[in-house]
Amino acid sequence: MTAPTKQFTIPIGPQHPALKEPGFFEFTVEGETVVGATVRLGYAHRGIEKATESRTWVQNLYLLERICGICSHIHALAYALGVEKLAGVTVPPRAQAIRELTAELERIHSHLLWLGVAAHEAGFDTLFMYSWRDRETVMDIFEQFSGSRVHHSVNTLGGVKFDLTPELSDAIHQGLDYLDERARYYLDLVQNDPMLSGRTRNIGVMTEADAARLGVVGPTARASGVLRDLRVEAPYSAYVNFPVQAVVETAGDLHARFVVRVRELLESIRVIRLLLDGLPTGDLQARMPRKIPAGETISRVEAPRGELFYFIKSAGGDMPERIKVRTPTLCNLASVLELSRGRQLADIPMLLVGVDPCFSCNDRMVTICRVESGERVDFTWDQLRRKESIP
Amino acid sequence: MLTRVWEHTLGEVVQWARVNSPWALHFNSGSCNGCDIELLATLTPRYDVERLGVKLQGSPRQADLLVVTGAVTRQAKDRLLRIYAQMPEPRFVMALGSCALSKGIFHDCYNVVGPVDVFIPVDVYVPGCPPRPEAIIAGMVALLGKLQAAPAAEAQT
Repeated sequence: MTAPTKQFTIPIGPQHPALKEPGFFEFTVEGETVVGATVRLGYAHRGIEKATESRTWVQNLYLLERICGICSHIHALAYALGVEKLAGVTVPPRAQAIRELTAELERIHSHLLWLGVAAHEAGFDTLFMYSWRDRETVMDIFEQFSGSRVHHSVNTLGGVKFDLTPELSDAIHQGLDYLDERARYYLDLVQNDPMLSGRTRNIGVMTEADAARLGVVGPTARASGVLRDLRVEAPYSAYVNFPVQAVVETAGDLHARFVVRVRELLESIRVIRLLLDGLPTGDLQARMPRKIPAGETISRVEAPRGELFYFIKSAGGDMPERIKVRTPTLCNLASVLELSRGRQLADIPMLLVGVDPCFSCNDRMVTICRVESGERVDFTWDQLRRKESIP
Repeated sequence: MLTRVWEHTLGEVVQWARVNSPWALHFNSGSCNGCDIELLATLTPRYDVERLGVKLQGSPRQADLLVVTGAVTRQAKDRLLRIYAQMPEPRFVMALGSCALSKGIFHDCYNVVGPVDVFIPVDVYVPGCPPRPEAIIAGMVALLGKLQAAPAAEAQT
């Protein structure tokens, strides 16, 4: 690379202290200021989309759940909704409500997890420990409900597997009371804590126009004043009967991204309470055919990180012809590279975590390379082994 | 003679420190995140593995223990080998979760090249999809026993 001598390239990853997942970043800095950023993904690429083509429709449910351990329910839900659409099966209302309930519980777990990780990046480890402690409340509920803390497997094609017993309903109410109190505390904290505000206010500001141009989704978009929430815009499953209110902030900085997610905790808690009180009665599953009629469909749901998109094609057999997944992290990652330019290097981990990246979701995709100046730097293995710095 | 006594004593001190506080390095070689969040949950207040002296830190150069989650993908393989090579001796490896043990549900995916123990020697296997934090703690405790049994001569280097 023929960069001026003042510039220096810092390679970070794929194993690095900040994130728990593999991703390779390259930041070009001038002093402390970042002038260019590149990301190289694909370390967790396993080839799931291809593998779906050699499994039956039901087996795929378990495979797709393992695209991501944080939002496993929502992946299975998107897939199930698509397959049910192809088969022309209507899911009983009780099952739909239980699906929404699980999805909202998962959102609470995911946002609390994110709050902790983001606080950790800000150097606020106390908040990290607090929010992960409170997250265990949701994990307990999941375990009581489905027997597993992470891969709940609540969905099945045509409905859900587990019913909500009155005891479980009481346990969830109890857990929610605690979480409600904690979420209010966190909201107060992220809004008023001077230290956290110092690290988040006016940092990484993304205007509404920028957010629309970069195509960001989920809480990242909603923090920039763009109402992009499929639960509101195109309600699926039980969201028609138990609607949520979209949480939108207009500031567009990191601070707004904190506030949006914590306010979404409160919104999810509100909706789960409504669901528990007004849960419809009836069957849990509808009968599904073993072979799905030929055709293709798309299915979109709102994952904790934003819009999750599934394309499903059937050739009429007992295995899918093609499944394509597009996850929210992919949409959001480009915005980080854009935002990091001109910022201090110390803000980068916060900016990166601000979009809540999830590489295991992302890495079914091929490599993305974003080139700053039209030139591309390739690290060869020899260079890396010799720990050569790139000139 | 004096040197040998000194070296032996030093070895014992190093051994004592290592057993009392093994520093772990986490590497995700293609996992679904499930094991990673359970590993993090193990560090947080309810399970609090730091009471056993286990601390997660960022650099392979200071790590005693490498925790690998996930089946090894084609792209992560070289990185895994490189991280392992950077760790000082004696080094220990924990394979976490079904995928790290046997490729798990991804057994027939084209980009998955193998379980962890095909590439680097594994000391402790923790099965589960994902393993519960209690299982991870049990694995850590099993590893502490192994650290204790590591010969003092090896501990000197």
